[in-house]
Amino acid sequence: MTLQAIATQGPSGEEGPRINDFSLKFANVNGTGSASANNLILRAIFRMGVPVSGKNLFPSNIQGLPTWYEIRVNGQGHTSRSQQYDMVVAMNGQTYAEDIGQLSPGGYVLYDSTWPLPATLLRQDVNFLGVPLARMCGDAFSGPRERILMKNIAYAGAVSYLIGIDPQVLAELLEESYSGNQALRDSNQRALRLGYDYAEENLPAELPFRLEPGTGTEGKILIDGNTATALGCLYAGATVAAWYPITPATSVAENFRKLCERYRRRKVTLTDGTVETRNDFVILQAEDELAALGMVIGASWAGARAFTSTSGPGISLMNELLGLAYYTEIPAVVIDVQRTGPSTGMPTRVQQSDLLECAYASHGDTKHILLLPADPKECFDFAVRAFDLAERFQTPVMLLSDLDIGMNDWAVDRFSWDDGYRPDRGRVLTDADIEKLGHFYRYGDEDAEYVTPRTLPGLSEQGAYFTRGSGHDRYGLYTEESDAYAQVVERLAKKVEASAAHLPEPVIRTQAGAAIGVITMGSCEGAVLEALEILASQGTALDYMRVRGFPFDATARDFITSHERCLVVEQNRDAQLRSLLVLEAGAEARRLGSILSYGGLPISATQVVEGVRAEMREIGV
Amino acid sequence: MPSIKKPLIPLAAMPKNDIGLTIRDYEGSMSTLCAGCGHDSVTAAIVRALFELSIPPHKVVKMSGIGCSSKTTAYFDSAAHGFNSAHGRMAPIATGANAANRDALYIGISGDGDSLSIGAGHMVHAIRRNVHMVYVIENNGVYGLTKGQFSASADIGSAAKHGEANTVAPVDPVMLALSLGASFVARSFSGDKEQLVPILKAAAQHRGLALIDVISPCVQFNNHYGSTKSYRYVREHELREIEPDFISTGREIVADLPHDGALMVAMHDGGLVRFRTLPADYDPTDREAAMHYVNQAHARGEIPTGLLFVDESIPDVHELNHTSESPLVELPFEELCPGSAELEDFQKSFV
Repeated sequence: MTLQAIATQGPSGEEGPRINDFSLKFANVNGTGSASANNLILRAIFRMGVPVSGKNLFPSNIQGLPTWYEIRVNGQGHTSRSQQYDMVVAMNGQTYAEDIGQLSPGGYVLYDSTWPLPATLLRQDVNFLGVPLARMCGDAFSGPRERILMKNIAYAGAVSYLIGIDPQVLAELLEESYSGNQALRDSNQRALRLGYDYAEENLPAELPFRLEPGTGTEGKILIDGNTATALGCLYAGATVAAWYPITPATSVAENFRKLCERYRRRKVTLTDGTVETRNDFVILQAEDELAALGMVIGASWAGARAFTSTSGPGISLMNELLGLAYYTEIPAVVIDVQRTGPSTGMPTRVQQSDLLECAYASHGDTKHILLLPADPKECFDFAVRAFDLAERFQTPVMLLSDLDIGMNDWAVDRFSWDDGYRPDRGRVLTDADIEKLGHFYRYGDEDAEYVTPRTLPGLSEQGAYFTRGSGHDRYGLYTEESDAYAQVVERLAKKVEASAAHLPEPVIRTQAGAAIGVITMGSCEGAVLEALEILASQGTALDYMRVRGFPFDATARDFITSHERCLVVEQNRDAQLRSLLVLEAGAEARRLGSILSYGGLPISATQVVEGVRAEMREIGV
Repeated sequence: MPSIKKPLIPLAAMPKNDIGLTIRDYEGSMSTLCAGCGHDSVTAAIVRALFELSIPPHKVVKMSGIGCSSKTTAYFDSAAHGFNSAHGRMAPIATGANAANRDALYIGISGDGDSLSIGAGHMVHAIRRNVHMVYVIENNGVYGLTKGQFSASADIGSAAKHGEANTVAPVDPVMLALSLGASFVARSFSGDKEQLVPILKAAAQHRGLALIDVISPCVQFNNHYGSTKSYRYVREHELREIEPDFISTGREIVADLPHDGALMVAMHDGGLVRFRTLPADYDPTDREAAMHYVNQAHARGEIPTGLLFVDESIPDVHELNHTSESPLVELPFEELCPGSAELEDFQKSFV
C-alpha cells in the first residue's frame, strides 16, 4: 500500500476517485516561463479551499537546464514533499526517461504529442495523455517567445480539466495577475482555454484522483518564507538593511525593498514649494557579506533596527564581525536562508547545515541566539522577535530559515499584528537617565539578565564611550588584565544563557504509550508530523518536540531526559542538531539517534517513517 | 593604553570657540603611540579643526579599524562616541552608522594596512557610495603593530629598516579615489599642520566622502634613510602648490573675504575654501586636470599635497537614496510600522 493510501484511507473505503490527495510533478526547462503556469495551478487549488504546497526543484542556472515543480494536494494538510507522483507533466525531452520512471504505477504522463514519444519510454503500467501543445500554440500565437510561453499556460489548462480545477477560479486568477496588461491577460486566457478544451474533448473525463472544493484553506494564505521574513522586518521597524546578492536569500532583501517602497515613502514639501519623495529607510547592496554585516553593526550601534539576509557562504564571511558584535554587545539581526554546503555546494538545494556554524560563529568563545522557524508564518513572527531579542540582549540574533521555506509557497495561517506592539529597545540610556544614575559604565551595572546599558552615538552628551573589539573591562576601557577581561566574558556567557527564557518555546506533542521521542527543527516539521500520524495509525506512538530557538530552555532538556531514546530528524550529514543537543541540552549521546536527509531536496514523510522503522528494528521493538 | 587619563594642568584662560569650548574640550585620552609618531600630529590637527569649527563634541562620531592609526580615535574628542572595530572594516561600519543617523560628523581614521590592503574593497565602495564622512588615511607605508612589514603603499625601491627594498607596486589612495569618482581628495603631511587643519575643516563641511591621505611617518620602522615615507624624504619631495585656506562663513568674516582672484569653492555645509596658491593651469574642480597633475608630479618623484580635487555637486549616499531629513534613528515606531489593517490588506494578494 502506498504511503498516501495509508495516510488517507477513509472510512468510506476505496471506491471512487481519491479526493484531494495526490501529487503532480512538472518537468520543465528553466527560463521558458513555466513558473507562472505552475503557480497558476497551485493558486487555483488553494483558492478552491484545498491545502496544497508547491516545491520548486530548480538548477543553479538561468536558462536551458531541467527544472521541476512539485505540487502536493492533501486535504488533511500534509504538504511536505511527497516523492510519489500521480501525474507527471513531461515538458522536457532531456528528462523524459527520469520523469516517466518516477511515476507511481497507474499514474499519468501528460506530454506534448506534437511529436511522438520514443517507444523506449513507454511504460506499460502508466497512462500516457498526449496534448499537441506546440502545434496548438504554434497555430494560435504568432511570436516565437509567445508560442513557447503559452505552451505552459496551455498545459495548465489541460491539467486543470483533468484534476477538476474550477475554470471560474482560473479566470479570476488571470484577471488579477494581468489586470494591468490586457493583451497578456487575453493571450493567457486563450492558451488556457486551448488546453482545457482539448483535454475535455480528447482525454479521459475521470482520473482516479481529483479535486473537490473544500474549506481547508480558510483563514490561510499562500506565501513564501522570504516575503514573510521581509514583512516581519518591516513590521519590526527595521530602517536599515544591508545585503549581498545570494541564492536563496536574495528575495528577502528584494521584498524588503518593495515593501519599503510601498509603506515607507512620504511626500515632503521643500521650502521652495517643490514636492519630493522621502524614504524612511536605507537599503545598501554591499560589496560583500563582510561589509553587509559591518553596515548592520554600524547602524545598530547608532540605534537603528538593522538586518542583513544571506545564506551559508555569507555566514562564513560574516564570522569575523559576528564575533565583534558579540564582544562589543551590539544588536545585529542576520537572516540565514540555508542552502546546501559546504563551499558553494548546491546553491538551489536545501539543507539545515549552518546550525553549528551559526551557534558558535567567529573565533574565540562565542555563542549566539538562534531562531528556527518552520514555515513562513514563523518567519514573520520570529523576524519581529529577532529584533526584540537582539536589542534586549545587545547581541547578534540569527534567524535560520532555509531554501524550502524561503523560496517555496506554503499554505499557512494568516499573519496577525497587535497594534499595541512596541519594540523592546533594551537598555538604552538617555542623558537624563545618566544624570539620575550618576554614572554610566558601558559594560557594568548589569541587570538580572546580565545586560548592561548602552548609549547612542550623536544622541547623548553624557554617555560617550569607546567601543572596541579589543580586550575591555566593565567600563569599556582597554585592558590586558586577566580578571577585568574575564569579568566581561563571563557575563556575556550568562547573558546569552539568560536569553533562552525569551525564545519561542519548543513545540511538544505527546502520545499515550510513546517510548521514543522524535526531535526536529525548522522545515522538517511537516514531514515529521505526517510520519508520526502514519506510524500512529500502524500502532507506533511517538512523542514529538520541535525546537524553535537556541540556547535551549529547560523544556527542551526535560523532553530529552524524560525519554530513554530520542531520534533527531534534520537535514544535514553530520547530525548537527543532535550534536548541539548533546553539547548544550545535557543529552547523553547514546540516547540520541538520527534520521538524516542531506541530498538537497526537502525531506519527505517516507524518509522519516523508514528511519523510525529502522530504529525500531535495531532496538528490537 | 588608550585609557590613560591626561593630567589636567590648570592653565590660564584659554581661548574659547563660538560655542564656549576650549581646545581641551576636543582632546582625548593620552596617546600610547611612539614619541614622534606622525599620527599624533594628525590627532592634534583634528583637535584643532574641530575646535575651530565649533562642532559640539558629542555630534562627532569616531570610526576606525585596527592598527596604530586606528588607535588614534581614542586620542581626540573623548566626549564623542568612538568605534575601534575590526581590521579593514571601518568603512562599512561607518556607512551603516551614517545610514542610521545622518545628523553627526563621521570621522573615520584608517591606515594604509587597514584601507589599502585588508579593507581596500570596502574603501573603494565607500568612495563609490560617497558616504558623508571624513576618511583619513594615516599613511606610513609600514605595518607598525606587527613590527615593520611593508604595506601596500610602500613605494618600489623604498627600503625597510634592515635594508631590503620593496619590489611590489604601491596602491596610491589619491589616484584610486580620483579614478573612482571621489568627491573630495586631499593629500597632506602629518608634519604640516598649517596645511592639514584647513583641509580637515573643509573636509568636515564637505557633503560626501572626503578622502585625506596623510603621509604620517612611522618613527620606529620607516623613518630611516632609503624610506620614501620618512620625515626627511617627504620634506625634500613635497610639492606644495595647492594650498587651501578654509574660511568659516559665520558672521563678520564674510565681509572680509579677500578679492584677489584666488579660486573659491563653497562647501556644502557652509564655509569656503580659498586656494592660496595654484599652478596656473590647475583647476581643483576638474578631475582630469587633478589626475594629470598628480601623475606628472609622481613621474618627477614629487609628492603633491593640498586639496587636490573637490566637487560639491556629487550626491552623497543619502541624496541618492532620498533618505528622510530626520535621522532614521529618530523616526517614531508608529510611523515605521504599517499596522494591522495594512497587514490584512496586504495579505489579500496571497489568497
